[in-house]
Amino acid sequence: MVEFSLPKNSKIGKGRIFPAAPDAKNVKPFGIYRWNPDDGANPVVDTYEIDLDKIGPMVLDALIHIKNDVDPTLTFRRSCREGICGSCAMNIDGENTLACLKPIKDVKAAVSIYPLPHMPVVKDLVPDLNGAYAQLRSIEPWLKSDTAPPPDSERRQSIEERSKLDGMWECILCFCCTTSCPSYWWNGDRYLGPATLLAAYRWIADSRDEHAGERLDALEDPLKLYACRTIMNCTQTCPKGLNPAKAIARIKELQLERKI
Amino acid sequence: MQDVRDALYIGHRSDGTLTRRPMSPHLQVYRFRLSMFLSIANRAAGVAAAAGSALAVCWLNAAAKGPDSFRKVQKVTRHPLGILALAGWALALVYHFVAGLRHLAWDAGYRFEKKDINEDGPVAVGVAVGTTVVLVATVLGLAVCRSRKKAS
Repeated sequence: MVEFSLPKNSKIGKGRIFPAAPDAKNVKPFGIYRWNPDDGANPVVDTYEIDLDKIGPMVLDALIHIKNDVDPTLTFRRSCREGICGSCAMNIDGENTLACLKPIKDVKAAVSIYPLPHMPVVKDLVPDLNGAYAQLRSIEPWLKSDTAPPPDSERRQSIEERSKLDGMWECILCFCCTTSCPSYWWNGDRYLGPATLLAAYRWIADSRDEHAGERLDALEDPLKLYACRTIMNCTQTCPKGLNPAKAIARIKELQLERKI
Repeated sequence: MQDVRDALYIGHRSDGTLTRRPMSPHLQVYRFRLSMFLSIANRAAGVAAAAGSALAVCWLNAAAKGPDSFRKVQKVTRHPLGILALAGWALALVYHFVAGLRHLAWDAGYRFEKKDINEDGPVAVGVAVGTTVVLVATVLGLAVCRSRKKAS
């Protein structure tokens, strides 16, 4: 449903300020979205003044520093800190990205950090991604083949066939793209979103998969696939430099090809 | 129809009681890039162009009715605000056309890389604004020339 403003319980208030030590020289403020289910209050933005000389170069370094040394109640997901797990996906300086891949110096003024947009918030920077995961499951993201593999070897792919998967197998399912998409914000209950559609095309394009037809049938839906309006936020925001918009366009192209 | 996502907005407090989760901010915090703006502008231009076309039908209708009713309409179209509205309609038509060409290219599989998208956006704005300025200037110029000829 298209609703431009936030629900009443989601309007963001002003939070506390955690000032830097008086002797800190290289200070940058971090405005971070906070919501705790136990408070019974609306979300707020807390401001943490951080001495950049004391921490590493990435936004995730700042978050970890805050949790370790300033305010242990700050909640966020992180794991690999090198852009391969997709846990620390969040909205930094107005765009979705991975905190571990975002250099602090790329943000000119104060660093504003919010959870992935238009999602139910579990706590602070942790959104509930169950809806997006369910959609990913719905496209059955695994190899489906009726013929048995050769008894003495794996299923072979030529170099050309394998190269068709480039730009798709790299997806780490952080859902930065899906939650950047206004079409997904308004119609995310039916529209599958860029990350899931990229995954769908990854299997449609796989030479070893024999269910491309069924996969395309399942996607032939006014909202599941065609709610993509080529706004391109997904391609602009992908922290891995992938192009979900193009993958969606390829699916649309295949749908058309089948009909003529 | 109820949104199935509503179910995900039911959360738990530490003591197990239920609470309503907030929705994370979206339009309120998302950076408005040119590509995003041009996409919604295409839609808005489509609506504006359609509405303007309805007014153009009124204009033609007045012309068909005869000189008296046409003069009435001219009072509107010659008013500075009327000229501004006509210029806006022209911009909407031209931009909607240019954006349509981009969509045609995308649907054919061209200009789909991030680099292409960010290069083409400013070009689309330039072409749309440039064409509109030339169009409006030509029409206004012709009108001024004609009224001068009449006066002399």
